[in-house]
Amino acid sequence: MKHVYGWLLLTPAAILLVGFTHYPAAATLWDSLFSTGTVVHPSRFEGLGNYAALADDPIFWRVLGNNFWFALGTIPTSIALAMLMAIWVNDRLPARALVRMAYFTPTVLPMIAVANIWLFFYTPQIGLLDQIGAKFGVASHNWLGDPNTVLACTMAMVIWKESGFFMIFYLAALQSLSPELEEAARIEGASRWTFFRRVTFPLLMPTTLFVLVNATINSFKLVDHLFILTKGGPDNASSLLLYYIYQVAFSFFDTAYASTLTVVLLLLLAGLALLQFQLVEKRVHYR
Amino acid sequence: MLETAAAWLLALLWLAPLLYAFWAAFHPVEFATRFDPLAPLTLGNFGKAWAYAPFARHFLNTVMLVTMILSAQVVLCTLAGYAFARFEFTGRDIAFGLVLVQLLIMPEVLIVENYRIMSRLGLVDTILGIGLPYMASAFGIFLLRQTFKTVPRELEDAARVEGCNFLGVLWRVYVPLARPTYLAYGLVSVSYHWNNFLWPLVVTNTVHTRPLTVGLAIFGAPESGVDWGVISAGTLMAVAPLLFAFLLFQRQFMQSFMQAGIK
Repeated sequence: MKHVYGWLLLTPAAILLVGFTHYPAAATLWDSLFSTGTVVHPSRFEGLGNYAALADDPIFWRVLGNNFWFALGTIPTSIALAMLMAIWVNDRLPARALVRMAYFTPTVLPMIAVANIWLFFYTPQIGLLDQIGAKFGVASHNWLGDPNTVLACTMAMVIWKESGFFMIFYLAALQSLSPELEEAARIEGASRWTFFRRVTFPLLMPTTLFVLVNATINSFKLVDHLFILTKGGPDNASSLLLYYIYQVAFSFFDTAYASTLTVVLLLLLAGLALLQFQLVEKRVHYR
Repeated sequence: MLETAAAWLLALLWLAPLLYAFWAAFHPVEFATRFDPLAPLTLGNFGKAWAYAPFARHFLNTVMLVTMILSAQVVLCTLAGYAFARFEFTGRDIAFGLVLVQLLIMPEVLIVENYRIMSRLGLVDTILGIGLPYMASAFGIFLLRQTFKTVPRELEDAARVEGCNFLGVLWRVYVPLARPTYLAYGLVSVSYHWNNFLWPLVVTNTVHTRPLTVGLAIFGAPESGVDWGVISAGTLMAVAPLLFAFLLFQRQFMQSFMQAGIK
């Protein structure tokens, strides 16, 4: 009887999960083996043809590279800032609640709203960045129109948005550390920096690993800002894999190729998940 | 001392974009980059934004969407979480593993295939179509399973003796004890779906279904030709409810987001 009840309780959720996660994931793989059907040319089996096209697609390699730089440019900086914020906010800081609120606020805002605000900073001439630059005699610059600066501009915004979110994990970890450690260090005459480098930082390592993997997985899903700031441009300089998938499927209507790109994304996510799983195992042993 | 100053400076820097949006929204456009403390205040930008885009409709859509998703999630995840926490059934561990897959492959990764499914179901451009892929939430199932597992068996046995059947036990024992989990999960779910953009963008194409984020993206696009004050005002209107809730329940928000992250 327990078997029946168990499955009965699970069924509603299971139908939706299979319908909108497992089935579409499998269908993506299946569709990537066919060509996109049109009225004139119905869909036909291509084998690995789409994957060969993918290997030859310079835009695919470009967006994949961008994803790599995007992750590398945002995650370590956000983590470092998050650690710093957490240490400050964990201390007896005047107006601590206010400071903590300031750090965390960007997390609750939608990326679209954030991009709307930041767009104004980057607009050439009338934008805030150029206006401030003009006061110091710096020439106007088309921040989002220049392939050399556009990715960095989106990264700065994402760092601002994500650091406060990572901060709360460090804050929780710091609060679980024993206060005697700091006392002992003070008696030993260790400086704050030595204490951080030798005690706090190593003890925060499990948190750092955890945040690192989650932030990397999350970085593949962060594309909303592109719709406002750059549309992936100029010349795909700021585009990311998921945004390219969107473009291929809903602007170029090549769903088979979009499925092929999605398979790559799924493989990347699966690889990261395996890594995460191993880290979790280690953490359990560590404790 | 120096560190305090640095912490404050960073806090100010972190608030600056939002403060700037407030400045631009409440001042006439000629003061958008002239920070004159005597600049005249105006509500005109809010009026213009409200008239320019169908904000009322977007608000209504978002509220309906968020309410629908959360209510469905609470029911589905409670049942599934209870099954995983307290029932021994064949294939339970495999099923649980399959549920966790969704933590990784969120519906927004599968936009291409899910759009095809929605068009087959005739649900493109409906609020139900936006919400459906999120209703069976792996995160919710996981969170409730963990909470239900901490409930002492004795309480369940006592309720059974009183004559409760298995659904009665769930309703009278497990659900009341999991109230903090429901609150944390609710906050995270509402924030997530209030802010969610990519999937709603893909699956909607008229004003009757577009939530705030999608409306805001159309409104704020450079092509729309609206000036900064108006865009800032529109942006602030869209984020106001959530921002206000956050300012009121700061601690609860941070704790919930942390639970959501740690899983």
